Amino acid sequence: MPTVELRGIRNFGCQGTNLEIQPNQLLVLLGPNGAGKTTILNVIAGLVQYEGGVYFDGAPVDGLPARDRKVGYVFQDLVLFPHMDVRSNIAFGLRGNGHTEHEVIARVSDLLDLLAISHLAARYPTRLSVGEKQRVAVARALAPHPSILLLDEPFNSLDSQTSLHLRAALKSLQRELGITTVFVTHDLAEAEEIADRIAIIENGVVERVGTPAEVLFSPPGPRARDYVGSSNVLGCVTSKRLGFGLAVADCGGLCLVVPQNGKEIRKVAISPRDVRVSVQRPSTDVNVFEGSIRATNRLPGSVMTHIDVDGADIVAELPHSAYESSRLSPGTPVFIELCLTKLRTSD
Amino acid sequence: MNLQRHPVNPWGAIPVVLALALWELVARLGLLPGGIIFPPFSAVARELYELARTGVLAQNFLPSLKRVLLGFVAGGLAGMIVGTAMGWKRQVNETLGPILSLLYPIPALAWLPLLMIWIGISEFLPVAIVFICSFFPICYTTATGIRNVDRRYVDAARSLGTSEPRILAEVVFPLALPDIFTGLRLEAGMAWRVIIAAEMVAIPTGMGALMMRSESLIRVDTIIACLFVLSIMCFCFERALFLLEQKITAEWR
Repeated sequence: MPTVELRGIRNFGCQGTNLEIQPNQLLVLLGPNGAGKTTILNVIAGLVQYEGGVYFDGAPVDGLPARDRKVGYVFQDLVLFPHMDVRSNIAFGLRGNGHTEHEVIARVSDLLDLLAISHLAARYPTRLSVGEKQRVAVARALAPHPSILLLDEPFNSLDSQTSLHLRAALKSLQRELGITTVFVTHDLAEAEEIADRIAIIENGVVERVGTPAEVLFSPPGPRARDYVGSSNVLGCVTSKRLGFGLAVADCGGLCLVVPQNGKEIRKVAISPRDVRVSVQRPSTDVNVFEGSIRATNRLPGSVMTHIDVDGADIVAELPHSAYESSRLSPGTPVFIELCLTKLRTSD
Repeated sequence: MNLQRHPVNPWGAIPVVLALALWELVARLGLLPGGIIFPPFSAVARELYELARTGVLAQNFLPSLKRVLLGFVAGGLAGMIVGTAMGWKRQVNETLGPILSLLYPIPALAWLPLLMIWIGISEFLPVAIVFICSFFPICYTTATGIRNVDRRYVDAARSLGTSEPRILAEVVFPLALPDIFTGLRLEAGMAWRVIIAAEMVAIPTGMGALMMRSESLIRVDTIIACLFVLSIMCFCFERALFLLEQKITAEWR
């Protein structure tokens, strides 16, 4: 699968965008609405006009129309063809492209099995749930054996459980097929979960590219922080190995059990969304600390709650409903739990 | 096909039965002022039966039906082809749009004198009138329908490596069908109205001509019987197109 390179892309949504996507990698484009993420996908797919150059494996593809770029695209609203059943939707990209009917049937059957949607084959999109539509859209995009897969916030409108399940399925599928993939989202947790690398996009420019841990430990500019959610980054002075891939790190007075990959741990980060807050002591003792609420910052969708834990300032992002129902306010003593699986470490 | 969305309403027959009863009563009691000739419903029904039994109805109805079908199918097909080209290709729209905008507002019957000179009184004349009547509106509704198809479907099809003619034939045109059928259903009734008017003034055969002959003989019952037939035919055409649309699109709409 090819390396994809964007050099100096300029149009209505991109302001000199440069980006390199390694073969077989899953790159997440992360940024707020209107940042230019979808435009970058459209540029790669050849669906919009642009200045600059797009290269697949070093070869320019700017002269190629969309249909010759071998790019599979899962659109934000999925845009399944409403007048075709699931089988015809998936077969659409195969028919008329040199495949025999036997090959088409076999490929569609394989994809129906791969995405676990064989039972939906004869249904029309209007009779599918959102989660089922997502699977069909992915199957349709994969059908013509694309070299690159583009996904534009495909799990946006799903409940968190279904979204989690589909993300895991997508990641596993992407690894299995080894297809170069670009995934757009504005959700850091989603990005962190599936990305090999994350590119922060702002105002049509790539602000930063790195592994999820690198992005977490080195937050982008102040505007990007508003949507990415500034992480709690704690400096660690010592660490002790526990075995089983775990270690104890002393981070600003907090003794944390953290995942460890053999290297010395110098920093630990956790997103405010992954800090659990409760008035009652949680059932577990691992990474649970007592503190008190120091200050709050009310945002439209959540309350950023600053908690003083032995002198360390830990920020937790709580939904309004959770904050109100727990009767929290500055000065309230609380317990915080830093979920082990959500902690990120850096050497 | 989901026909449950349009169930038959048995109560809808009641106003019709009441209106026919009132008609019968008013006519038999001679309640209309000024000596207006107004036969009762039973006399009209009897006349309709006689027209059918003697073959007069078939003799006049079948030519009208043939003209409407030929003109409507030809006009509809031509309208769909030109409308599709206009809706799909901006250059075609920019080229043909101004000409069609000038010709479209002209009532179809206004072409009659010109066509009588150009092609004479022949079977082709009423077909040409229905063709003109059908072509322009269907062309416009088709072009609008094609243009209204969400461009993201086109992008999705392009990203799947599909050629432009296939995108038009398999994605855009089917998705424009609801708009196209709206035009077809409206124009099916209009085709009957135009053919009757044309037969009244210029063609010696057909339902319009029968009505004009009946007028000269002051056969009000025959005229009303013909109006009945026309009403039923317009309804049947509209209904047939509606059912066809349902058959094609009900699964996915």
